[in-house]
Amino acid sequence: MTSMNSTQDKAVNQQPIDLDMKMQSIGLNAWFGAKQVLKDINLNVKANAVTAIIGPSGCGKSTFIRCLNRMHELVSGAKTSGQVLLDGKNIYEKQVDPVQIRRRVGMVFQKPNPFPTMSIYDNVAAGLRLTGTKKGKNLDEVVKRSLEQATLWAEVKDDLKKPGTSISGGQQQRLCIARAIALQPEVILMDEPCSALDPIATAKIEKLVVGLKRDYTVVIVTHNMQQASRVSDYTAFFYLGALVEFGATKDIFEYPKNPLTEKYITGEFG
Amino acid sequence: MRGAPQISLNFLTQSTSGGGIGPAIQGTLILIGLTSLIGIPLGILSGVYLAEFGNNKYAATMRTVNDILTEFPSIVVGITVYGVIVIALIGEYSAIAGAIALSFILIPIVARTTEESLKLVPNNVREASLALGVHKWRTTLSVVLPAAKSGLVTGTLLAVARIAGETAPLIMTILGNRYFFQGLTQPMAALPLEIWRDSLQPQVSLQAQGWGAALILILIVLSLNIAVRIASIGRLKK
Ligand SMILES: Nc1ncnc2c1ncn2[C@@H]1O[C@H](COP(=O)(O)OP(=O)(O)OP(=O)(O)O)[C@@H](O)[C@H]1O
Ligand SMILES: [Mg+2]
Repeated sequence: MTSMNSTQDKAVNQQPIDLDMKMQSIGLNAWFGAKQVLKDINLNVKANAVTAIIGPSGCGKSTFIRCLNRMHELVSGAKTSGQVLLDGKNIYEKQVDPVQIRRRVGMVFQKPNPFPTMSIYDNVAAGLRLTGTKKGKNLDEVVKRSLEQATLWAEVKDDLKKPGTSISGGQQQRLCIARAIALQPEVILMDEPCSALDPIATAKIEKLVVGLKRDYTVVIVTHNMQQASRVSDYTAFFYLGALVEFGATKDIFEYPKNPLTEKYITGEFG
Repeated sequence: MRGAPQISLNFLTQSTSGGGIGPAIQGTLILIGLTSLIGIPLGILSGVYLAEFGNNKYAATMRTVNDILTEFPSIVVGITVYGVIVIALIGEYSAIAGAIALSFILIPIVARTTEESLKLVPNNVREASLALGVHKWRTTLSVVLPAAKSGLVTGTLLAVARIAGETAPLIMTILGNRYFFQGLTQPMAALPLEIWRDSLQPQVSLQAQGWGAALILILIVLSLNIAVRIASIGRLKK
């Protein structure tokens, strides 16, 4: 038994591809110009689970998740090195089209950002229309299903023609989630999706996030420790561009191994 | 207001020999149309390039050229077009040469307003689209441009209003004549030229005609400005 275990361990070490892992970053570095903001990040994102990224402001949380769908490189002067695997394949390989990656790895931003010139309906349909992937799909159905999954349908079903910006902030954020879901991505990245919202709207989104993991893999950045413990299965603590600790959320919050992590979650700094 | 007594149906529609400024009005409208046709698409295209794809040294050069063109005295534009188009290419003062000269004035202004209206579109709107896996060009076309639409319309109309009154480049290009439209490669009348010529005449009646023409030109420019107002009220409503 012992020998078998050790060969398994060895196999895992040599071959980082694990089917349970939806995404993996391997030796990931990121820069803005000459300034390195991520240093050698090795992190596994488990499929159909919620992974939370926590850490003080400026530690690189947003940069990290923007490396997972190749949004980071859109900032002028920004670059990366290392690998990010999606289903075992490096998304930074030369022949990979970042546009295709972004269709598989969706994103929800800190500030709700519905398309200002589009109705609620058009916002949800936008992804399918603008990527030319609506062929053979019933748009009405996709819009309805996406809004339902985003728990917004009941609130807006009579106002689908209204501008996407005419609803409340919390509703706009759920609209953005619906917009991302409509393309049926495999992974959904969320960058502090509740930080601009009131507690009631926040509670709704948290509930929704937990529901999402049935169909999607979720990575969520949050400033809010309680939120991380409420919604996530795994938690990664970042500090000054490095991954300090990663593990099951329960372990991180109850038995942090690193004193820095402990300090941060008990609110001693941040 | 000295132009007001001049205005009559005859004045507006008759040719010069009939005591009207019909050819000049027609000429100015043709010039505005032609120049818009050439200048607006090119200007918007350049502005979009500068704002959305302008992170390289070609764009930097283009921006500089654009800035210089914006500051160019319009008579210099006229002389240049005279040299290149009127003398070398067509061999004749012509409507099209006038439109080209005015386009050189219009394009940099439209490019500049386009660039500025696009820059006002918040970056998170672009990111929202790109993060969905929408191509950059499609994002520009279907998300960014619509978001900048009212600014674009306003800026473009104002630019057109500005070139409508240009005189200097027309002297060197369309020359002016007494007849209704003769063809794109023929000289053509225009209101600014009419005003300029009439005001140099000793006869009181011709000077009066110049005042009338001035009033009409002001009305055309004014209506473009009113269109701008309406466009921006539409924006406020939204
Ligand atoms: N566009 C940019 N250009 C240059 N530096 C940047 C840019 N965006 C972020 N940075 C820097 O990169 C580092 C990481 O930023 P990042 O936004 O990833 O942090 P964060 O953990 O998400 O912070 P917050 O909690 O405040 O959102 C910070 O030091 C920040 O100043
Ligand atoms: Mg951030």
